[in-house]
Amino acid sequence: MSTHRHTISVLVNNQPGVLQRVAGLFGRRGFNIESITVGESEEHGLSRMVIVTTGSERTLEQISKQLYKLIDVIKVVDLSAGPMVAREVALIKVNAEPAARPEILGVVETFRASVVDIGASTMIVQAIGDTDKIDAIVELLKPYGIRELSRTGVTAMTRGLGRA
Amino acid sequence: MSAQTTAVLDEDLRSRLLKPDVITGSEILLRSLLLEGVDCVFGYPGGAVLYIYDAMHGNKDFNHLLTRHEQGAIHAADGYARSTGKVGVCIATSGPGATNLVTGIATAYMDSVPLVVITGNVATTAIGTDAFQEADITGITMPITKHSYLVRNVEDLPRIIHEAFHIANTGRKGPVLIDIPKDISAQKTRFEWKEEVNIRGYNPTVQPNKLQVERLVKAIEEAERPVILAGGGVVYAGAHEQLLELVNKARIPVTTTLLGLGGFPSGHELWMGMPGMHGTFTANTALQNCDLLISIGARFDDRVTMAVKGFAPKAKIAHIDVDPAEIGKTVPTAIPCVGDVKAVLELVNEKVKPAKSAAWIDQVQTWKEEKPLRYKDSDTELKPQYVIEMIHEATKGEAIVTTDVGQHQMWAAQYYRFNHPRSWITSGGLGTMGFGFPSAIGAQMGNPDRLVVSINGDGGMQMCSQELAICAIHNIPVKIVVINNQVLGMVRQWQEIIYDNRYSHIDLAGSPDFVKLAEAYGVKGLRATNKEEARKAWQEAMNTPGPVLIDFVVRKGENVFPMVTQGNTIDQMIMGDEE
Repeated sequence: MSTHRHTISVLVNNQPGVLQRVAGLFGRRGFNIESITVGESEEHGLSRMVIVTTGSERTLEQISKQLYKLIDVIKVVDLSAGPMVAREVALIKVNAEPAARPEILGVVETFRASVVDIGASTMIVQAIGDTDKIDAIVELLKPYGIRELSRTGVTAMTRGLGRA
Repeated sequence: MSAQTTAVLDEDLRSRLLKPDVITGSEILLRSLLLEGVDCVFGYPGGAVLYIYDAMHGNKDFNHLLTRHEQGAIHAADGYARSTGKVGVCIATSGPGATNLVTGIATAYMDSVPLVVITGNVATTAIGTDAFQEADITGITMPITKHSYLVRNVEDLPRIIHEAFHIANTGRKGPVLIDIPKDISAQKTRFEWKEEVNIRGYNPTVQPNKLQVERLVKAIEEAERPVILAGGGVVYAGAHEQLLELVNKARIPVTTTLLGLGGFPSGHELWMGMPGMHGTFTANTALQNCDLLISIGARFDDRVTMAVKGFAPKAKIAHIDVDPAEIGKTVPTAIPCVGDVKAVLELVNEKVKPAKSAAWIDQVQTWKEEKPLRYKDSDTELKPQYVIEMIHEATKGEAIVTTDVGQHQMWAAQYYRFNHPRSWITSGGLGTMGFGFPSAIGAQMGNPDRLVVSINGDGGMQMCSQELAICAIHNIPVKIVVINNQVLGMVRQWQEIIYDNRYSHIDLAGSPDFVKLAEAYGVKGLRATNKEEARKAWQEAMNTPGPVLIDFVVRKGENVFPMVTQGNTIDQMIMGDEE
């Protein structure tokens, strides 16, 4: 059975331990987590988790069913089943001696990223986009020497009126 | 509302309990348990639950049984729940008290048994400081509970307890843990009890989809070689009568899984016995040749399917289960039916017509006659199968039987014939040694008027034998059977058959004299080493009003057959030496 990347939105009660319940479920059932992000949702008391996972359609069905068994899980939606917007934020601290800065700024501009800090010999680049775009800018900045990299993981929602 | 009826309480008591007094968390807990209809609690006190036990001082509203180990308490609560259909309750202190419950919680979780497990914790101010006897029990038990609560505000306690009982005993049942910090059990608040339960993320599907039911009815009508695989879900849903009606109307042969035993009368002409690793020739062969397999409240455990790839290769599979996550988990399902087993079967029975199964039933009967369960009896050695058959005959199949795990469990499943649901209590999913004896204590507490027989191996008996004290002190009349072969029998069998007779660390030499052990606790002990002694000892046990332990010293090298070894399909059975 073919394996795909899926982006799942999970609406949960904002209770202590709920992240542990969800992440623990993935761990012990052998489901993969590529990234997991959590934050408040539009409704007070509920949080939204966006989980990127890989697996067959059957695995995805099991993930959804097993998630629904958790009492604190209100709703599970496979965002990647339809058109969606998926974004992550990366902060990339890159070596940037004054001579190298124009070149680096060229990369930053091309990706419509921004520079959010400049030190004596470093810069912090902030990039926002889908996973492929972040991967690409990281790849292009590597030759200058990346000192630190911090990525948020994917957050996402369906386009148009579709709700998750 | 909670699945436990509160209507049994008399009105005076109920209005006394519901009074909006300002009381402590401990008193709230006790009142709430009573409002949930709890009549028996199994527990063990300690520092973190002292306020709760203090509130219990002089309490006459329900029984509290002080076991000798927390594992005994939770298995007893489990046996109580399985035998009565009510929620089993146990209480333990924080830290080691709580962690001693883990095996029992996992046992109940694997077999979908409704329990409410109360643990104490250190005070909220000390949580997270590695305080004395602190353990993150909600974290530890997260994978083995249906849900859990750490109580942070005393005002939440009545709601949490009510929710816990509701969650434990509805949908797919299971254990729910409530962890109560010590200061919460001491704090006072006004007691407010609300009957309704509203949990947004929890709405089990009870009523099935009608289209799914119609597809199932049509499939039955068209089937020529149908088989029903009935599991523990039939028993838990109280759907045994509906199953019998379906079988009689549609004419479908039935196999009952280990946990499904008792969900269908074993004397029925269409019953084929148990399937799987130690299943009957008839059940396994029928599963491999059927064209329609209807799983009812069974989850295709690997001990049933063995090699999943070759399981029921000719069958269209229909699956009735209250837990949607079970459908398609292990085997691909053509006809899913999500809902309470009883509700589904009631709908099916309204419309079902007989399958075209006459020739198939003849075939099944031929298999049953040609290859029944049998063993080579002996006049010189006592055979374990004989002991089980003897107990079955003497009790006319009417006892509640609990077992431990191992060979004796399989022989009991094979040779004791069950006619009633909730008469068979065994650890199926987790396979917990030490479960058999304490679960019998719970079953007897829940069924004071019934005969409870606990069948154990000499290995498992030593894992919770300390609970003999409870039987002695409270005169709990469990008949405790030890099938004593002086080895870890099932391990020995595997080492013989699969590991080429390389017997590694299975000799239980040094076990206590079980008769003396029983007597040391004040329980009558008897021993039998041949058939005549066995019959005599059983008779004496039956004539003794209180608890009795009988040590049946049986043949050491006896094996359980048929047997399917791992990696094989269920029709590749080793039939053994019974012929």
